[in-house]
Amino acid sequence: MKEFLIKIKFDKWKGWLYLSPAIVLLLVFTGWPIVNTLRMAFLEDYSSLGELSGTVYSFGIGNFSKVLQYKKFLDTLTNTMLLCVLTVPLSTLLALVIAVCLNAIKPLQKFLQTIFFLPYVTNSIAIGMVFAAMFNIIGVHNAAGPETVGIINNILGLFGVEPINWINAGSDYWANIAVLVVYIVWDALPFKILILLGGLQSVNKQYYEAAKIDSTSKLRVFTRITVPLLSPMLAYVVITGFIGGFKEYSSIVGIFGEGMGPAGADGRLNTMVGFIYDALAEQHHGRASAAALILFGIIFIVTMINLYVSKKKTHY
Amino acid sequence: MKVELQNLTKIFPSRNKKSGEEVIAVNDFTFTIPDGKLVGLLGPSGCGKSTTLYMISGLQQPSSGRIFFGDEDVTDLSPENRGIGLVFQNYALYPHMTVKQNILFPLQNLKGKDKMTKQEMLDRALEAAKLVQIDELMDRKPSELSGGQQQRVAIARALVKMPRVLLLDEPLSNLDARLRLQTREEIRRIQKETGITTVFVTHDQEEAMSISDMIVVMKLGVVQQVGKPQEIYDDPTNLFVAKFLGTPPINVFRGKVVMDMLYIGEDPVMKIKGVEDKDVYVAVRPEGFELNPKGKFVCELSNVEVMGRDVSVVSRHEASINPVIRSIINADSGVDATATNVKFSLKPHKVFLFDTETEERIPFEVK
Repeated sequence: MKEFLIKIKFDKWKGWLYLSPAIVLLLVFTGWPIVNTLRMAFLEDYSSLGELSGTVYSFGIGNFSKVLQYKKFLDTLTNTMLLCVLTVPLSTLLALVIAVCLNAIKPLQKFLQTIFFLPYVTNSIAIGMVFAAMFNIIGVHNAAGPETVGIINNILGLFGVEPINWINAGSDYWANIAVLVVYIVWDALPFKILILLGGLQSVNKQYYEAAKIDSTSKLRVFTRITVPLLSPMLAYVVITGFIGGFKEYSSIVGIFGEGMGPAGADGRLNTMVGFIYDALAEQHHGRASAAALILFGIIFIVTMINLYVSKKKTHY
Repeated sequence: MKVELQNLTKIFPSRNKKSGEEVIAVNDFTFTIPDGKLVGLLGPSGCGKSTTLYMISGLQQPSSGRIFFGDEDVTDLSPENRGIGLVFQNYALYPHMTVKQNILFPLQNLKGKDKMTKQEMLDRALEAAKLVQIDELMDRKPSELSGGQQQRVAIARALVKMPRVLLLDEPLSNLDARLRLQTREEIRRIQKETGITTVFVTHDQEEAMSISDMIVVMKLGVVQQVGKPQEIYDDPTNLFVAKFLGTPPINVFRGKVVMDMLYIGEDPVMKIKGVEDKDVYVAVRPEGFELNPKGKFVCELSNVEVMGRDVSVVSRHEASINPVIRSIINADSGVDATATNVKFSLKPHKVFLFDTETEERIPFEVK
C-alpha cells in the first residue's frame, strides 16, 4: 500500500520531471529577462554596471518620460511605423497574387515553389549586402573610377530614368525608404507565399467546380470565394507581418551597415529595435528596457486591433 | 429536356507512366434519358457512374462520344454554358456565406439579358428555398445546419437558376439512415414538382430502385442493363445485375441441367425445357422459396429470424455460393425452427439461370 502511494506521488510529479529541462531553460532565458526588463524599466536611470558597484536606484517612471522625450526615439518610432505600414500590405498583396498564380500552374510548380522559398533560407544580412550592391551608385560620384551606377539604375536607365542616388552619401530619405521597402517586401514574401499557398491547396476544389457550373467570373471567384476561404491564413500572415515589421532591424544593417543610415546621415533610418540596442551599448539599461516595453505595448495594441478586425472579417 | 448520351467513353491516362496502362472509366455508354424523368446511375464504386455524371455536367470531357441536351450538341460546351445544376456529394456549400447568399450566388453571376434586379433575385431565391422547405433558415451559415438541411440548400442552389438538367452526385450518402429515407422522398417530390430531367448517382440499389423512373446499372465502365426498377429486378440480364439488386441479396448456387431437369447441387429442383445439358449458376430471389414438405430442395436449417409479417429462414446448402441461404417466407406458413432440415420448392419466375463462364442469363421454360 505504501509503495502504491509512493508510486502515485511519483506519477503526479513525473510530468513535471520530464518538463523540467525545458522549464528551467525557459525560466532562466525568457522568464527572468522579462521580469528583469520590467524591473529595470521602472528604476530611475538604471544601469547594471552601477548596480554592480553598489548604487541603489529608486522606483519611478523617469525612463519612460526620458525615452518619449528623445527626438531620436520618436524618429525611430516613425521609421518603424512607416516601414510597417508600407511593407505589410504590399508584401501580403504580392504574396497573395503570387500564391494564386503558383497554385494555378501545374508544370514546374514544385520547382517554382522552391525558388520562391529560397530567400527564406538565405541570411538576411547577406541579402542586404546584395541589395546594397544592386542599388549602389559608386561611379557617379567617383569620376575617376568606372562609370557604374548599380544594376537598378542601369535597368531604370533603359527607360530613360536618370540615375538615382539610392543609398549613398547625400541620398534622399525617401529613396532610402524605397530601397528598404523593396528589400523588406522581398525578404518577407517567401514565408507568406508558403502559408498562403498551403491555404490555397487545402481549399476544397469542389467550391471552384460549383462556382464554375454557376458561371462565376474569375474575379468574382477570387474575391468571393478564394479570399474569404483564405482569410484565416491572411489574418495570420498580416499579424505576424506586423510583429516582424515592428522588430525590423537587420534589414537596415544589411543595406546601410551599423550606422543605420547612409554615410553622413548616421542613424537616420534607425528603428525601435536599433534604439534599444544603442541604449544597451551606452549602458542605459533602464531606458532600453522602457523602450522595449513601449515596443511591446505597441505590438500588443496593433495585434489586438488585428485580431478584432479579423474576427469580424475572417471565416474559420 | 431530353438528355442523350452517344457512345460516351472516358479514358484516364495511366498514373504510372512505365506500365502505360490506361483506365477506361466509362466504355461506350449510349443511353437516352427521357424528358422530365428521374434516372439513377447505379453501380459499385469505381464503375464509372460519377464520371458519367461529371461528363454530363461538363466538368470532365469525354474521350469520345457525344452528349445532347434535346437536339443541342453540348459535348464541347463548358459547364457554365450547359445550363445544369449540380449537387455535389459533400454539397460544396460556400462556408462563409449564409444560406441566402449561397442560393443567390448563381443568380448574381447572370450577365447580359439574363441579369436580374435585386428584388427578382430575392424572390427567386425564396421560391427555391420554399420548394425545399428551408425558407426559415435563410440567415444561417452552412455550419449551423444539419446534414439534411445542407443537402436541401445545395439542391436549392442548384435549382434556383432553373437548370435544364439537374445532376446529383451520391445525394444521400452523407445522411443518416432515417434522414436518407426522408430525403429521397423529398428529392422525388421536388423532381416531380419541377419536372426537371434529373440524373443521380448512387451505389445503394435500394435508393435507386425506390425513387427512379429508370435505372442504369453499371460495372467497370460498362452499362449492364437499363430499365425500370421492377423490370431490372424481375428480369436481370446477367449474374452481376441479379446480385447487385435486391435486399437480402439473391441466393446463388452451383447447379446443372441434365435431360431437362434442373439440379441445385445434386437436388433435382425443377423440370425445365429449352436448355441443353450443362453446368449453370442457379440464382433464386429470397422470396422465391416456398416451404413444401415434399420439396426436393433440402437445406440444413441454421436459424429463423422473425420480422413480423415475414420470417427470414437462414439455411445452408453445400452448393450455395453465398455463405448462407436467406429466404423470406410468409410468417403464417409455420416454420419449425427446431428442425434440422428445411424443404423448399421454388417459384419458377424467381429463379434465374446464368452461364458459368459468361455469367449471362440463360432463358428457360417450365415444363
